[in-house]
Amino acid sequence: MRIENRTAKVTTPSDTQILMTREFNAPKHLVFKAWTTPELIKCWWSGGRGEVTVAEVDLRVGGTWRYVIASEHGEVGFNGEYLEIVPNERIVNTEIYEQAPEGTKPADNFVTFTETDGRGKIELLMECHSKEVRDAVLASGMEEGLQDSWDAMDRVAQSLK
Amino acid sequence: MARAATTTDAFNAVAEPRRREILAILAEGERTVTELVDALGLVQPLVSKHLRVLREVGLVSVREEGRRRVYSMDGRPLKAVHDWVKGFEQTWNRRFDLLDGVLEELKTEEEGNEDRE
Repeated sequence: MRIENRTAKVTTPSDTQILMTREFNAPKHLVFKAWTTPELIKCWWSGGRGEVTVAEVDLRVGGTWRYVIASEHGEVGFNGEYLEIVPNERIVNTEIYEQAPEGTKPADNFVTFTETDGRGKIELLMECHSKEVRDAVLASGMEEGLQDSWDAMDRVAQSLK
Repeated sequence: MARAATTTDAFNAVAEPRRREILAILAEGERTVTELVDALGLVQPLVSKHLRVLREVGLVSVREEGRRRVYSMDGRPLKAVHDWVKGFEQTWNRRFDLLDGVLEELKTEEEGNEDRE
């Protein structure tokens, strides 16, 4: 059965933020499980573009996480630290793109899991701390691959000299 | 990797906070350089430099009005910036579509466990 509202809604509440919401045809405890279990993350996090070769999750406050995707564009890695965890409700974690320019401050992700009539919903608010990083994160969705956004950032840095 | 050494697109142009300020002012209506200098509190050469960058990427146009030059904003090149949001959206939509499949399996598993209890 097809259900409605199955597309992610992406908005930019401020110059440094990205907010994304998405509903699922499953209760929130399963959404939380799929979001935080390494072997499940490996099934979805690449979005079908390449393979998740690393999915490490140490799900406790002060614990770290690391994901790596291998694709035709090469390997891209992300990692961060868990700042807050309320099982099935909320996760706050930092996120840094491992190929980001030196000195880039990690983003803070606020992930909220809610449920209405048995249907789970994720709200992901990324606080990037600067518009440049926020724009680079948005640019990372471009078909040419993640590297391009940081090449663009390099050009920005060049242009500001 | 070839790199553009100069500011060549809207993304680069709006990466500079002062240039975003200029666009925010021009979004309200056209202004002369003098008016922009007063509004921004910057020296004129710097304002002129930023305006040149914005003109190069087509975000700002200028017309002569007697002895004055009047600047106005053209938001069309910002569409590219907007399109990045779409790209990010697509990436996550692909992820979430796969996540839907994972969730269907988890639900089936859970129902199976309930049947056995």
